[in-house]
Amino acid sequence: MPNIISIRKGLNISLKGSAEKVLSKIPISSDYAVKPGDFYGLMPKLTVNEGDQVLAGAPLFVDKNNPGIRFVSPVSGTVSRILRGDKRKLLSVTVTPSGEQRHVQHAVADIKALSRDDVVQRMLESGAWPFLKQRPYGILANPADNPKAVFISGFDSAPLGPDIDFALTGEGEAFQAGIDALRKLSDTIHLSLNNQVSANSIFRKIKGVKTHTFVGPHPAGNVGIQIHHLSPINKGEIVWAIEPQHVVSLGRLFLKGVYDVSKVVALVGSEVKKPRYFRIISGASIAPLQSYIDTSSNPRYISGNVLTGANIGAGGHLDFYSTMISVIPEGDYYEFLGWANPLRMKKYSVSRSYLSWIFPDKEYALDTNVNGGQRAFVMTGEYEKVLPMDIYPVHLLKAILSEDVDRMEQLGIYEVIEEDLALCEFVCTSKIDVQHILRRGINLMIKEMGDA
Amino acid sequence: MKFLRDILDKVKPAFEKDGKLKMFHATFEAFESFLFVPNSTTKKGVHVRDANDLKHVMTVVIVALLPTLLFGMWNVGYQHALATGGAAAFGEMLWFGFLKVLPLIVVSYVVGLGIEFIAAQLRGHEVNEGFLVTGMLIPLIMPVDCPLWIVGLATAFAVIIGKEVFGGTGMNIFNPALLARAFVFFAYPSQISGTKVWVSGLGSGEGVIDGFSGATPLAYAGAGEFSQIPSFSDLFFGFIPGSIGETSTLAILLGAAILIYTGIGSWKVMLACTAGAVGTGLLCNAVAVNAYMELPVYYHLVLGGFAFGAVFMATDPVSGAQTEAGKWIYGFLIGVLAIVIRVFNPGYPEGMMLAILFMNAFAPLIDYYIVGANIKRRLKRAKLSKEEKK
Repeated sequence: MPNIISIRKGLNISLKGSAEKVLSKIPISSDYAVKPGDFYGLMPKLTVNEGDQVLAGAPLFVDKNNPGIRFVSPVSGTVSRILRGDKRKLLSVTVTPSGEQRHVQHAVADIKALSRDDVVQRMLESGAWPFLKQRPYGILANPADNPKAVFISGFDSAPLGPDIDFALTGEGEAFQAGIDALRKLSDTIHLSLNNQVSANSIFRKIKGVKTHTFVGPHPAGNVGIQIHHLSPINKGEIVWAIEPQHVVSLGRLFLKGVYDVSKVVALVGSEVKKPRYFRIISGASIAPLQSYIDTSSNPRYISGNVLTGANIGAGGHLDFYSTMISVIPEGDYYEFLGWANPLRMKKYSVSRSYLSWIFPDKEYALDTNVNGGQRAFVMTGEYEKVLPMDIYPVHLLKAILSEDVDRMEQLGIYEVIEEDLALCEFVCTSKIDVQHILRRGINLMIKEMGDA
Repeated sequence: MKFLRDILDKVKPAFEKDGKLKMFHATFEAFESFLFVPNSTTKKGVHVRDANDLKHVMTVVIVALLPTLLFGMWNVGYQHALATGGAAAFGEMLWFGFLKVLPLIVVSYVVGLGIEFIAAQLRGHEVNEGFLVTGMLIPLIMPVDCPLWIVGLATAFAVIIGKEVFGGTGMNIFNPALLARAFVFFAYPSQISGTKVWVSGLGSGEGVIDGFSGATPLAYAGAGEFSQIPSFSDLFFGFIPGSIGETSTLAILLGAAILIYTGIGSWKVMLACTAGAVGTGLLCNAVAVNAYMELPVYYHLVLGGFAFGAVFMATDPVSGAQTEAGKWIYGFLIGVLAIVIRVFNPGYPEGMMLAILFMNAFAPLIDYYIVGANIKRRLKRAKLSKEEKK
């Protein structure tokens, strides 16, 4: 019997444009980008030049601090653009695919016969290592570490989040192979599901994992929340997390010997004509999806969900870890005496001083308007209602603002990353940039604590 | 509203960085964002935001204050009519009270907002909405005949010493409105205590009928004249002399309902505060050695500023306890202290104001221990985990 953990705090924001369970094909994109910005803790060092020919799985750059960690091209073709920002900071390496896709061929192996070092080595060489994210901090995993456990969240509770069960249809064998590989890295693999997993889901047949069931609103699907409830991170402890679709890619590496990061991505949001799923290779330009989008409203294109994703623009590229693209209207308009109007039927609020609570099933087409100006912390108890963790978020944020590293540690900074506090930011009456402040705190922790 | 927007867009450049009127940037911003919710969009972090903002929250609190304000205006007229022996119609009494109360409100807002605007300009911040509520609270807890210059001075004291020196709304330690009242209480005691100030016109004595006393029920209680205390229903409905907004428990309960329903005022603080007062009152009854200690508990809840303080002052999220567990302790102790001060200290007939200010000072300490317990839990967990490994 899997144990059921029920989450009561949190919030499901009901948005327009959830994806229908239909998988569509789109033509291959004109270019693919790997963005160092997707990986926290990375100092990129380029290994290619513009104009170089690369195979799918060939390295584009490595981590300066840990040169064994490679970041490889998702497709075969020509390195068409190396984009740098201020202070020559590497922003992205773009590869334009050409002809038939050719992969760097790795040896196919029986995982059971491999040692832990073999698995680590293969993951590093093939470019699969960045699938693993370390907690605390949400940074790249360090191959030298021995994590307490590996955590996988088998459902996405974020607004308009994709149905991972559906996305993994037919990938049972690869998923199991990925799990087998992860078992070499850590003895304990935690797989958390919600109570809506179908009877013929591939999750039902997976062996070698500890399965848990989480019931409740977002952020129940966040791996950070699951870790907190299953085996919270204490000072000095390390766990790793990996996305289910990356487990599949990891499995393919051992089954077929290739780096294959094609994944099923949900195209969702109120500005999408027919929200549905697409099979897309990681890093793809989203330009081919234009025909599915109502561009008349000049929408915002987000790689990821509306709480934590990145604004990538119409011609942007899918992030490494994203399994969804949200398209919502921009909110750059003025609203006459908007704050005084309790009706505002198009807006959503958790506050009972608005009418949203009367229509719990209504789907909203929320835009990007901030709905007010930034203020100091005034209201209390708001954040706590949407954070199912034994943590005082406001006190933690204040410790970060005063750069008090000891207090940040005492108040649980090891247990949270941005996505866990994203709902706090959403509900914040004072419009405080919660996620931004938290990342500043995490960066400060990394700096102060060194490698310890 | 397009013409209004057009006008704003036209004059806006003058107030920006390189404009001629940039010294009034905060002022312009305050008016602009008052008229129009800004067109700013999310830049980092979440892409969508809740519709709620601080302006809206403050508006709801003002709405919650309206019943006490309207009743207070009527009661000013009613008490004046009683004092002068003349019967007056409902409308006349309301109008009389309106004319008496309006100047207090205007002075409070003009002085307070003026300082807020200047402070925001000096700091380069946006003007904060906090004073919208404070500016309404201050007149409601003043006697109707309080001289306007004292109200102005008290407001300035509260905003500058109570709030701006700490960094503005959200940073203050004490509830600014109560600080204004405390200022008057200690600096000009004759203007806020005694029997002459609570009913309009009593101080000048013009036309007052013989034998009319303007003493508040709380003053009677403090003086030990319990036979003079009006009936419970009069106290509950508020047909008594007192500060403008605090007399009617019924009107305050209407406001409380709005605050609790919208979740803006903490029901935990209100309930804990009442529980503290009832508990202390019952304890007094049980060991009573004088008449004040024998006063039935339910009288304490409708006397003086208790109800108003519990609903509108103790629930201030900034100066109160900020943890949910802390709110219970904070509210409870306010209730306890308010009754203790009332019953055992004849020098201060009204205990609520001092009880809340006192607990404002202790709220961070309460939170410190609540958060400390969280830290201890985390350390204990870490220790257990280490032992398991061994």
